[in-house]
Amino acid sequence: MSRYFVRRILATIPLMFIISIFVFMFIHLIPGDPARTIAGLDAEEWQVEAIREEYGLNKPIVTQYVDYMVKLFHGDMGESMKSFTPVSELIAERMPQTLKLVFAGVLWAPILGIFIGVMSAIKQGKIFDHVCMLIAITGLSAPGFWLGLMGIQIFSVQLGWLPSGGLDSWKGFILPSFTMGCGIMAVLARYSRSSMLETLREDYVRTARAKGQKESLVMFSHAFRNSLIQVVTILGLQIGGLLSGSVLTETVFSIPGMGRLLTDSIQFRDYAAVQGLLMLFALQYVLINLVVDLLYGVINPKIRLD
Amino acid sequence: MVQERLLTVNKLRTEFFQSKKSSVTAINEISFHLDKGEILGLVGESGCGKSVTSLSIMRLLNFTSGKVTKGEVIFDGEDLQKISENEMRKIRGGKMSMIFQEPMSSLNPAMRIDKQMIEGIRLHTNMSKEEARKHASKMLSQVGIPDPERVLKNYPHQLSGGMSQRVMIAMAMSCNPQMLIADEPTTALDVTIQAQILELMKKIQQEEGMSILLITHDLGVVAEMCTRVIVMYAGEIVEEAPVEELFNHPTHPYTEGLIASVPKLGSGVKVLPSIPGSVPDLSMLPKGCRFAPRCKYATERCRNEEPDLFQISANQKCRCWRQER
Repeated sequence: MSRYFVRRILATIPLMFIISIFVFMFIHLIPGDPARTIAGLDAEEWQVEAIREEYGLNKPIVTQYVDYMVKLFHGDMGESMKSFTPVSELIAERMPQTLKLVFAGVLWAPILGIFIGVMSAIKQGKIFDHVCMLIAITGLSAPGFWLGLMGIQIFSVQLGWLPSGGLDSWKGFILPSFTMGCGIMAVLARYSRSSMLETLREDYVRTARAKGQKESLVMFSHAFRNSLIQVVTILGLQIGGLLSGSVLTETVFSIPGMGRLLTDSIQFRDYAAVQGLLMLFALQYVLINLVVDLLYGVINPKIRLD
Repeated sequence: MVQERLLTVNKLRTEFFQSKKSSVTAINEISFHLDKGEILGLVGESGCGKSVTSLSIMRLLNFTSGKVTKGEVIFDGEDLQKISENEMRKIRGGKMSMIFQEPMSSLNPAMRIDKQMIEGIRLHTNMSKEEARKHASKMLSQVGIPDPERVLKNYPHQLSGGMSQRVMIAMAMSCNPQMLIADEPTTALDVTIQAQILELMKKIQQEEGMSILLITHDLGVVAEMCTRVIVMYAGEIVEEAPVEELFNHPTHPYTEGLIASVPKLGSGVKVLPSIPGSVPDLSMLPKGCRFAPRCKYATERCRNEEPDLFQISANQKCRCWRQER
């Protein structure tokens, strides 16, 4: 068991390196010259050159990458080219808002999604199943930001019940959390339903019934647990996507989080900030998938023991 | 010696429903009985209704689109079709247990063997967890597992097919059932393991005096194990006979064909005889005798009128016009 865990954890290190190379390369592919942006359009060429010199932008890209990584290992994410504050400070300032938002989505959506999916599978073909799957398909088809805008239109503008932005009170959380979680809930409801249906047809479920086990326990301790094996993978992908999903939600609800910071930084060609944020997003994605893989090992003895 | 009846199946009919109105009859009013301490074979090609029969007896069809629509299953004096689901649960795994064709997939992959065995034992006895575990270990050594303590701690994927089937048998036997339904218990196993498992079932059957309903398509297994045999074809019983009678004087052309198609060593036959055609689609059954399209003796009458199950001697029955009495 511990061998599996150690192997999985070690495997993330080269992965993060490869991701860092891609992040670094892609930023430099974005058209536009950051030095020119900082200096202003009517600056002299020598001023722009000086800025290039200052930020090391005139060095070969490989050298820039190595410099960046060395600094990163010392905990230095560089300085924002826009606000001239350290990127780590910028991120630390914005992070709580985003985490709150993500947490608000994660708290209910997976649980409700899995519950709906499993119950639908058990009640397959009944009204409950049809209604739930209708909701799930709606949730899947409607983009999150659109749901958010509709929510604002109805509950903030017309009814005036909820604030249209910010996370200042518990009321403020309702719409963003709904926007964040809706897609996850829908995806998980679909997946856990099909996974549960598949599991219910397994031979060992029949064995459990043949033992004389109660139907509720057959469902819970035999079918449900095995159906989770497939669902957990999807859960990881979905939660991993939440942080980047926050980009849209934060924009819609004007929440000053990391997603907003990212869009602003991209517009300004703030290389350091964009790099830092992307690395962080990638890192959390990798970490969440690591947790999922470890969880997978806990649920599925075949993986853990082989 | 007067045989005591353990199970009487009376005109049992099971249908599978595609919708509320349209259904396919998988088994059509079959009747048979099983005596105490007897091993009864249920033989036929795949799709003839053997497994559906066993699932109907255990009432495990409720979880599929299948439903028993007629008939009764009298077990130990009680009609299993009439009792409540709660009472039925006490019988399943208690007085009547079952083992299946695929031992590897019949065990829950995410649960250790001990937990799966203890679960069954505690459902039907008052044992504590520790007592149940001890009992499970005892059962495992009884089915010939040399190191039960290790196997108890294993997950199913760590066991071989033969081991898994031994575990399944131990699990099925752990509450002293009066009757065991074995649905193709050796089909998925290697030939050498098959022999061991059959040997084991026979040994346990003799020691415990329980009855076995052995479902198989393998006549070799039948000859080895059974005292009496029922041959099924397309959802009906076509022949019923003691095992020697069946092999020495098969009366139904289908049985005849089945026996002829078993390879015999040193017979000099180069091409193994086979029954032409295949089991008919249950939703498009032929008029008259269901076997007529594949029967070399079929006459005009066979193609138009369905024969009854004729009693041709004290303990032999056959559904064929040639045996009309």
